[in-house]
Amino acid sequence: MTFALETAENPQNLKRVVIEPVSRVEGHGKVTLLLDENNRVHQARFHIVEFRGFEKFIQGRPYWEVPVMVQRLCGICPVSHHLAASKALDMIVGATLTPTAEKLRRLMHYGQILQSHALHFFHLASPDLLFGFGSDVATRNIVGVAAAFPEIAKKGVLLRKYGQEIIRMTAGKRVHGTGAIAGGVNKNLSLSERDTLLADIEQMIAWSRDAVELIKKVYSDRPDFHNGFGYYRSSFMSLVRGDGALDLYHGGLRARDEHGQTIFDHVDYSHYWDYIHEEVRPWSYMKFPFIRSRGREEGWYRVGPLARVNNCDFIPTPLAEAERITFKEFGGGSATQATLAYHWTRMIEMLHAAESIQELLHDGDLQGDDLVSKGERQLRGVGVIEAPRGTLIHHYRIDENEQIVRANLIVSTTHNNHAMNEAVRQVALQYLDGKVLTEGLLNHIEVAIRAFDPCLSCATHALGKMPLEVELVDAEGTVIDQMAKNTSGQFCV
Amino acid sequence: MIQPVLIFGYGNPSRGDDAIAPQLLSRLEALHPAGVELVTDFQLQVEHALDLEGRELALFIDASVSGVAPYTFSRLLAQHDRSYTSHEMSPAAVLHVYRQIHPEPPPPSYLLAVRGEFFDLGEPLSESAATNAEAAFTLLQKLCADPRSEVWERLLVEGS
Repeated sequence: MTFALETAENPQNLKRVVIEPVSRVEGHGKVTLLLDENNRVHQARFHIVEFRGFEKFIQGRPYWEVPVMVQRLCGICPVSHHLAASKALDMIVGATLTPTAEKLRRLMHYGQILQSHALHFFHLASPDLLFGFGSDVATRNIVGVAAAFPEIAKKGVLLRKYGQEIIRMTAGKRVHGTGAIAGGVNKNLSLSERDTLLADIEQMIAWSRDAVELIKKVYSDRPDFHNGFGYYRSSFMSLVRGDGALDLYHGGLRARDEHGQTIFDHVDYSHYWDYIHEEVRPWSYMKFPFIRSRGREEGWYRVGPLARVNNCDFIPTPLAEAERITFKEFGGGSATQATLAYHWTRMIEMLHAAESIQELLHDGDLQGDDLVSKGERQLRGVGVIEAPRGTLIHHYRIDENEQIVRANLIVSTTHNNHAMNEAVRQVALQYLDGKVLTEGLLNHIEVAIRAFDPCLSCATHALGKMPLEVELVDAEGTVIDQMAKNTSGQFCV
Repeated sequence: MIQPVLIFGYGNPSRGDDAIAPQLLSRLEALHPAGVELVTDFQLQVEHALDLEGRELALFIDASVSGVAPYTFSRLLAQHDRSYTSHEMSPAAVLHVYRQIHPEPPPPSYLLAVRGEFFDLGEPLSESAATNAEAAFTLLQKLCADPRSEVWERLLVEGS
């Protein structure tokens, strides 16, 4: 099965452009474009160049080690893996969480959302959004942002630091924390920790509001451009709370098609495989999940901030809810399918996370002592969470010796695999077709990928440090031009 | 109270030789070096600029795939080096972020880059990396014994 521009008819007659790796994306990926002699695009693919199996790595380990081990999947969102794995283990130990345990986990999760979204917006996306996609590569990074907009850079650093402090306090350590365990948590939040966090939360909310205003202004200044960049329509999938509210920690699965019609709703994720299937394609190490009922061709979907804000009926914190309404009403709903609207919705979620943190810090349950519960043991556990980048599924099976015998992880970036490829194709058609290639034009491809905030390290469970090489190869296979980026990110000829 | 010296070791403990720095920090922790705070993380990010606040001296430790064995020990300067892949920032770039958000310059900072070879998931340190780490640990003990910039400057020649 193929999609338009996924596979060219006569690839041997085309020249190949390789963008490797995609910069400012966790891990590394590669984009290949096959062009004819008139530089018209015939094939565009975003694929992964390395694969190592984390699922294999974890087999044979005692199940209780999993919440710590999975944090080593990725240095960017270890808390999401920590919590998704812990939720799966809750099922295995038959636990229903105590209010204290659930609220502490939620606090940890909102801290993760806050710091991850802040990093992406202020560090990775703002250089493109503030300077333009084709601007001078020397300034198009966070250092350039810091020089031109020092307050923005500082807010980004401090928002991220605040989120990391929440993680440290709830997980016990800055990295490799053990806050969440099977059936609960192993510590509460002390009053002094609470007061430390309360002292700055108003500032974090204010800066989050500023960030929403900033992206709204950037977006509104050129609505047609931002709406149209890499535009396509798709289905969306996310967790929602029982009443339809946005819920990043727990809920049922909801999927809606490109017209907003419900495909499934409030699905118990412990049987996710009845609704989602993973397809392997020969040209990519990353799988392509799809919604079973819609089939391989129609069943692909997007996850993450855009999916969540579109899918939920409301956001249960007032400031973020007001921003959700503004977003949904913008241009008669014109932004709701836009690739770059990921940035806007990401900031709405950051505001929601900051508001939720404030709400939780005023909840006395965080100082409770009832931390762990247990029930009837099971041999299988599934944990699903809305990680910063989207729906994250952890699925484990253990044996009678309490060792992991099977693990399956579907990470957010894998859900978005087809969607990212679609964005690459659309941008290739819009901006590269028939033109001479430049670094700025190639960056347009990367901008489309970065909108998803992909974490390729997670998606392929790979570690990558590779220079970037771009080669133009003509129909005879001769290299006619090349550009390289070394491991420091410097371009050289 | 903020300790005057920061030693920041980064790397993924489950990725073969990427564990060099976290392992060195664990060994150092057992020695309880006076006036030193040990911090570890998977990789450097923007907020780590804040860890430099109030320090008199800073040392970054990393595994290096391109450096000379057993290690290089060099002085760091804040640098706009465009290493912002987000997979990891360079320590020089972290110093640069510090310059952007603080009026004063960052503390004198150094990089101990220990040569590594293999970075596969679930693998232990390679034999050569373990040898290199041992040599690096000897240097670390010297650095912690007299954590002053003028002393560390003299050791640059030894280590390079």
